[in-house]
Amino acid sequence: MSDLSETAMQRDRAVTIFEKGQVGRRAFTPPALDVPQRSLDELIPARLRRTEPARLPEVSEPELVRHYVKVSRRNFDLDTGFYPLGSCTMKHNPRLHERVAGLAGHARLHPLQDPARAQGALELMWNLERALAEVAGLPCVSLQPSAGSHGELAGVLLTRAYHEDRGEHRRTVLTPDTAHGTNPATVTMAGYDVVKVGTNAEGGVDIDDLRAKADSDTACLMLTNPNTLGLFDPNIAEIARIVHDVGATTYYDGANLNAVMGISRPGDMGFDIVHFNLHKSFTQPHGGGGPGSGPIAVAEHIAPYLPHPVVVRRGGEGTNGSHREFDLDYDRPKSIGRLRGFQGNYGCFVRAYAYIRSLGAGGLRDASEVAVLNANYLLARLRALGVCELLPPAYDRICMHEFALTGAPMKNELGIRTLDLAKRLLDYGYHPPTVYFPLLVEEALLIEPTETETKETLDAFAEAIAAILLEAREDPEIARNAPYTTPVRRLDEAGAAKQPVLRQEL
Amino acid sequence: MTRYTAVTDADRHAMLDAIGVASVDELFCGIPQAVRRTAPLELPDGMGEAEVYAELRELAARNTSVEDEISFLGAGMYDHYVPAVIDMLMGRSEFLTPYTPYQPEISQGGLQVMFEYQTAICELTGMDVSNASVYEGPSALAAAAYLAKLTNGRTRFVISRAVHPHARETLTTLCAGYGMSVTEIPASEGVTDLAAWRSAIDEDVSAVFFSQPNYLGAVEDPEPLIAAAREHGALTVCSADPLTLGILEAPGKLGVDVCVGEGQTLGNRLDFGGPSFGFFAARNEHVRRMPGRIAGQTIDVDGRRGFVLTLQTREQHIRREKATSNICTAQALNALAGVVYLSWLGRRGLVELGELLVQRTAYARERLAAIDGVSVLHSQPVVREFAVSLGVRDLAAVRRVIGRCAAERVNPGHPLGIDYPEFPDGLLVAVTEQRSRADIDLLAEVLSRALTAERAGAQTPQAGGESR
Amino acid sequence: MADASYPPELLYHPEHDWARIDGDLATFGITWHAQDALGDVVYFDAPAVGAQVTQNEPYTEVESVKAVSDVYAPLSGEVIEVNQRLAEKPELINEDPYGEGWMVKIRLADAAQASGLMDRDAYVATLGE
Repeated sequence: MSDLSETAMQRDRAVTIFEKGQVGRRAFTPPALDVPQRSLDELIPARLRRTEPARLPEVSEPELVRHYVKVSRRNFDLDTGFYPLGSCTMKHNPRLHERVAGLAGHARLHPLQDPARAQGALELMWNLERALAEVAGLPCVSLQPSAGSHGELAGVLLTRAYHEDRGEHRRTVLTPDTAHGTNPATVTMAGYDVVKVGTNAEGGVDIDDLRAKADSDTACLMLTNPNTLGLFDPNIAEIARIVHDVGATTYYDGANLNAVMGISRPGDMGFDIVHFNLHKSFTQPHGGGGPGSGPIAVAEHIAPYLPHPVVVRRGGEGTNGSHREFDLDYDRPKSIGRLRGFQGNYGCFVRAYAYIRSLGAGGLRDASEVAVLNANYLLARLRALGVCELLPPAYDRICMHEFALTGAPMKNELGIRTLDLAKRLLDYGYHPPTVYFPLLVEEALLIEPTETETKETLDAFAEAIAAILLEAREDPEIARNAPYTTPVRRLDEAGAAKQPVLRQEL
Repeated sequence: MTRYTAVTDADRHAMLDAIGVASVDELFCGIPQAVRRTAPLELPDGMGEAEVYAELRELAARNTSVEDEISFLGAGMYDHYVPAVIDMLMGRSEFLTPYTPYQPEISQGGLQVMFEYQTAICELTGMDVSNASVYEGPSALAAAAYLAKLTNGRTRFVISRAVHPHARETLTTLCAGYGMSVTEIPASEGVTDLAAWRSAIDEDVSAVFFSQPNYLGAVEDPEPLIAAAREHGALTVCSADPLTLGILEAPGKLGVDVCVGEGQTLGNRLDFGGPSFGFFAARNEHVRRMPGRIAGQTIDVDGRRGFVLTLQTREQHIRREKATSNICTAQALNALAGVVYLSWLGRRGLVELGELLVQRTAYARERLAAIDGVSVLHSQPVVREFAVSLGVRDLAAVRRVIGRCAAERVNPGHPLGIDYPEFPDGLLVAVTEQRSRADIDLLAEVLSRALTAERAGAQTPQAGGESR
Repeated sequence: MADASYPPELLYHPEHDWARIDGDLATFGITWHAQDALGDVVYFDAPAVGAQVTQNEPYTEVESVKAVSDVYAPLSGEVIEVNQRLAEKPELINEDPYGEGWMVKIRLADAAQASGLMDRDAYVATLGE
């Protein structure tokens, strides 16, 4: 269907690379064969060889470039606009990091290179570990896990190893009902049962419920603080004590670390195991869904079980004075083993390290302070514009780096849902906040501005929301049928799930 | 204020006023004193961009990369040529900086790329359906194990010892969580011992795992391995090397249930081991138990073709404790590099590259086997990697030999004895299209010299000129 | 289905399931309230014919785009028939939850269990809040 109001990008229908090109075109030219040619049959028996070729595209380099550049333009991104996704920490990705990660000494280093010839890499990893340990307030670090949920899995497996080493076989892991879905999923993968702990009226852990449920079957409590409502739990020390009293471990989900760097340390709060999301607080670009990195920091009593290899520093003063030697240590008899190949996502370590060296102690603290300031300011602006009459905060407290609003009054009064508000925001040039999470909040809108946004951006965003509400008061259909100006309009997700088409047919 | 934050004094004043507090410190009053950090973190002060760059360069300079030596190092990651278009595309803001596509209307770029990537992986592997990536090779194999567990609830896994040591170890570590055991089948003459494989499989076995080619570089004979599993209703998982799939038969054609593998060789850098991506493809019947994101095609309200994340009810954010996996962030940007690379190689390029690798690898194996004292560890067909015995006493001797070669700026390969005590003097040698005939000839020459010196019991010169 | 409806001849279970009893056989499905909360149903995970279902326990799952829901058995028995049309058209559960959207037919284990279910008015009253 064609409409005079269609945008150019909308008129441009999606065509995959598989539907482009012609037989015979190519972007790759192989090097010439410079060794004596032997019969292929002789080298690899015909019966082991491919019978039908893979039907990959046949395109020239210009076609390839044009296709992917065009496709890229159908994406909204953080460099382009405000991205206040709650619990995602969409802060600016410094371009210096791409430059240093691209240096051949980092980018073209083989993971199995002799450690004696990878001292720069090992020293970088060692320094990053020490910095993360300092931020966490826990001394022993592994950079191995590939993402946050991978770090969570590591943490629960470490817990299991710790208990079993003491001859204990526990069965459950406690998680609050506000927890991110990765927490319970991780618990099951690690062979435990989930026990949910309630949230009190102030948005923190229900201490009585916790006391009732923490027992000798409890292996661990998984928590994030501030939690997924953006609230710091003032009872955290008590919570840790209750859990430690039954002999269980305390696990800190680092997804919300951006609120507290240099201000409060998970180790000081009473956590035994912490994971970091380098792709959140430490600026690893999110890449549309990865790569990320989920290092963990642990207390001394958990350290023996860390995955191997462990980065170690051998000697201090060698024959040449202050020459240090870094190595990968596999002699870890109690280690849980490996969670993946090689050492982890080193490219992410380089970027995170560059960030930490750029900011230093003062800069990390500044990041968290401004993250919290920005969130509270945005909330104040929304209040001042009357937005909070229709979208009140779920908990009326000073928030940390993010806050949750409930769209229930808006739904009742204006007849539009959080989803509709989000879709209309797309037309205003914003990525919407997180919607429908945490599950505890009805018609939830979880907003995290991060510290790299200016006051002007926050003001403009608050005004956009106010404008959409005003618009909805006049005509709710506008938001209900939004978006209008994006490369495609609202998509049929039910159809996609009912009759899944998961590849291009050829 | 740093170069990334922008709160001026005037801003701060106005903002605190609007919030209704007197200072930024007041915003943190909800944090109990006992857990407040008052002293600064013990970290060095921040630096300007130029100084940070200088430090990162200095660290890079102390690494010997594949630009500093002629490298035949493989064993799971390989120095293939990454075309410049990939650097350019991965650096684009629109691909580099967005989040996972939760709002599909403004994420059609990323979702279409996922859809294309899934198509490319299906074509490459011959499987029905692929997800949008997992972390990397070894954890992809462990994820396949979890799928098998969810499917048939049996108690054991059977895995060939010729599968990458990191993958075997990752499987064991993860299994320890949900309480399943792993039986390892030895290799014989470079490939999985068929008799041992057959006798290990029974009705308790949930899934079986083999690699193609295997860790020793050998091309396995998959049909009898698969048949043995079928007989007892076990799922079959093949961990395949994607760049060999222009030459070797597609695992899907052989009827495996799940095909996984390490995607680094598809357009991703070595990066000291990561980030890369893992691919995960399966038969249609397993789609609802697959882990990770999957992009699906659909239409919008006006009938325009579009893409969305679909079958999300498998995933952690919906199914939570009953999810098919806990994976959230995966490796989308690296998978983009993967599909761009496969499109760049193209239908014929994949085959031609494979043929070149086969020829050069055969030549390299022949040249090395001709060196005095060196013999092939196995004579199985190989595509891009092979194993030799250096004819020296032990692993320490192998390391010395490697050290001598390194001093001549040639890295001859990976010592097998580290993970396979049964091959104490084994060396794994990888040949990519970046290693010319001249490079291979040089390898033979340098290795020969190094072995001669080893036999003569000479002192090992250090690469940097210092002696121990 | 546009408007809420709860046929008076059916019996109801607090987990939003209904039962239509016919001698020693019964047909099960989910109520208007349940399908409305789920949104567009995209997948019905059919149990096998011959499977045993137990009163008050989930016997299968139903999925929408953004949610998964357990389906509870109002009564115990053995599955003798499954609605095959739901594989092709799961949306029947939304469009006609009491008719074309039926899920399973079972042979009752104990007809007396029916006395523990609610009638229409009692069930609608639980929806009040």
